[in-house]
Amino acid sequence: MSDRILIGHGSGGRLYRDLVHDVFLARFSNPELDRLEDAAELRLGGRFAGGGEGRPGGDPGAGAGSSRPRLAFTTDSHVVRPLRYPGGDIGRLAVAGTVNDLATAAARPLALAAAFIIEEGLPLAELEWFTDSMAATAREAGVDIVTGDTKVVERGLADGLYITTTGVGEVIVEHEVSARAARCGDVLLLSGSVGDHSAAVLAARGEFSLQIDVRSDCAPLWSLTEAALSAGGEAVRFLRDATRGGLTTVLCELAESSDLGIAVEEEAIPVTPPVRAVCELLGYDPLTLANEGKMVLAVGPERADEVLAALRAHPLGRQAARIGELVTDHPRRVALRTAFGTRRVLDMPVGELLPRIC
Amino acid sequence: MCLAIPMRIAAIADGMADIELGGLTQRTSLLLLPDAKVGDYVLVHAGCAITVLDQVEAQERLAMFAELTADDDEPGAGDE
Amino acid sequence: MSEPRGAGRAGGAEDVRAVAVELATAAGGRTLSYMEVCGTHTMAIARHGLRQLLPDGVRLVSGPGCPVCVTAIGDLDRAVAYARLPEVTLATFGDLVRVPASRTTLAEERAAGADVKVVYSALDAVDLAVAVPEREVVFIGIGFETTAPTVAAALIAARDRDVRNFSILSLHKTMPAPLRALLEAGETPLDGFILPGHVSVITGPEAFSFLPAEYGVGGVVAGFEPDDVLGALLALARQKAAAIENGYVRAVHPHGNAVARQVMDEVFVPCDARWRGLGEIAGSGLALAPAFAAFDAQERFTVDPGEPLEPAGCRCGEVLRGLIDPSDCGLFGRRCTPQTPIGACMVSSEGACAAHFRFRDLV
Repeated sequence: MSDRILIGHGSGGRLYRDLVHDVFLARFSNPELDRLEDAAELRLGGRFAGGGEGRPGGDPGAGAGSSRPRLAFTTDSHVVRPLRYPGGDIGRLAVAGTVNDLATAAARPLALAAAFIIEEGLPLAELEWFTDSMAATAREAGVDIVTGDTKVVERGLADGLYITTTGVGEVIVEHEVSARAARCGDVLLLSGSVGDHSAAVLAARGEFSLQIDVRSDCAPLWSLTEAALSAGGEAVRFLRDATRGGLTTVLCELAESSDLGIAVEEEAIPVTPPVRAVCELLGYDPLTLANEGKMVLAVGPERADEVLAALRAHPLGRQAARIGELVTDHPRRVALRTAFGTRRVLDMPVGELLPRIC
Repeated sequence: MCLAIPMRIAAIADGMADIELGGLTQRTSLLLLPDAKVGDYVLVHAGCAITVLDQVEAQERLAMFAELTADDDEPGAGDE
Repeated sequence: MSEPRGAGRAGGAEDVRAVAVELATAAGGRTLSYMEVCGTHTMAIARHGLRQLLPDGVRLVSGPGCPVCVTAIGDLDRAVAYARLPEVTLATFGDLVRVPASRTTLAEERAAGADVKVVYSALDAVDLAVAVPEREVVFIGIGFETTAPTVAAALIAARDRDVRNFSILSLHKTMPAPLRALLEAGETPLDGFILPGHVSVITGPEAFSFLPAEYGVGGVVAGFEPDDVLGALLALARQKAAAIENGYVRAVHPHGNAVARQVMDEVFVPCDARWRGLGEIAGSGLALAPAFAAFDAQERFTVDPGEPLEPAGCRCGEVLRGLIDPSDCGLFGRRCTPQTPIGACMVSSEGACAAHFRFRDLV
């Protein structure tokens, strides 16, 4: 391992995972953290949940000894550059990203905290614009920003603005939703096309002389997730939003944590033409590009059709698709089947996304 | 060392072309292909157009990038 | 907003399977070894799992077609040495950023404070130089005949715009020479070549006519879609006498791109070059012509790259010559993986080892 932090350590792939294990888990280890889910589960009354034991949260007003709410707790930092891009901005990202991490725990967002690190010289009008966006996104997600903090750093640091959001949510289901809960035979659903966010950010950066007719998919996914949970009930066993590292990272993490194999169909994964074009031009793999408004679900086969229909009925899930399933073959590995019936392994991307000309 | 993608020339000015594919537009140099014309399908590599493609074949091959295609009803396979 | 399509290549799936069947017929149970010599072919074959469609007995070998993989370690060390100069902004294609040099990578150098910028084209590197007149922009030129003309075009632009703070380290190489070297060495029995599609766009297919004429080995120029590659194998299997065929007619014209060759010849002259795994091959490299010496980083800067260190146990050279499969190397999949690459064949996503890694047993 390199003796310095590399850009690749922040890219969501293998380098990032190793950093989490070797530096953070090694020092902070506890049962909840070690599950490495996108949100931690907390129990009121002083003990951590750990692995699904304890009473479900049905009645928050009940007295001691009966059911207590299950809380999900998560945090996320947002360092996107540029701060604005088609379909989104750092403010929308900051709210949606944390709402979505809570959603992966089947948790309705209750409250957000927002901490700002602002670069000296940022025009006030910009800050107002981004906070307007945060407020609008929070309204869309049905959550309040209840506390926060602000720091200013000297010109030259912070790329204009960094935002860290922390969120608390209430888990609305009684069963475990996590990679370990996924079962062989579960169907994998994807809520829509992949790669749009990366393509939009790339276009906004103005690199490579590109203009792309694409918008980031950045959006809070709680209402979509709630619709899926209503339709699927206990059959919805895994939820993860695909962010940095793309769909491939989610699938690899699911395979590793569940000890099951995953088989996906390349033809079933939706990719819009502009994203495909950018990938062909720059040598990217659309399956490893970042998203900010896509959910991956593992659902028991008996309810998969209903959940898929519920996703497609929702404005954010119109392109939802069934992309594969969990299998007993090749445990901990993800196999992609091409249109020709051939197969290749999907590996977690290693680190930094680099354009190729070779 | 050959990553190159077929794209259509939409406009030409000062030896540079605006080329498009599936909602993506890029500026590319025509230094290596000075006789290219608007409407030509060209291969682009590392910022330069390097060859003009056969029109008919290029259109057939690029059909998959077209915004609207014949069997565009249900998105995603999902039902086998 | 345009409708998404599937992530793969639905168009042509039937055709591809049909060609695979015809290939089995044409091969007729013979043992046949074909070599591809283009990193993008290596990638296309891996991406679509094409080896799984080949009949028993037909073997597809990766040759020295990945410019990253054949770049000598000493040359990478020189690039690192330039990056370490405080006044230098090193401009590079993304392909080089993670390649291990003797002691480091450009990614690690950047983390340690070097100014390393990824560019999509040499022309962008010239624009970068214009934008930062206080910096010395050094562009690392890798690639074969597809890329060299684009770099030549950038240098002509730099000269015409009188850009003073731009120079290149030319590590460009040309394609026919290593094929000759491979066949002269006679180590790898080959029944034919899948010829590089986009190099041929520039050179024309006849640049490879020495293969049948002097060595009795045929070649088919192929495009990069699955049916192109399988179609080229089919054509090779059907050849009664060794010949050069153009299987990529839609892009490759019989005489190649003469303008591109002229531009390349104006800026570059042949020189000897060191190829990783193949050693020094006379006349196989491209150096700046005297008229462009002012843009030569080797003239402009004096650096000491140190002694090149070949990593112990690395067998990239033998892989590049098609002598062994990646899995025959003791480091493959153990100490050498895409995440911890030791040799260039693993770090380049088009390297034979990286491509082979994707195929390792699914069970």
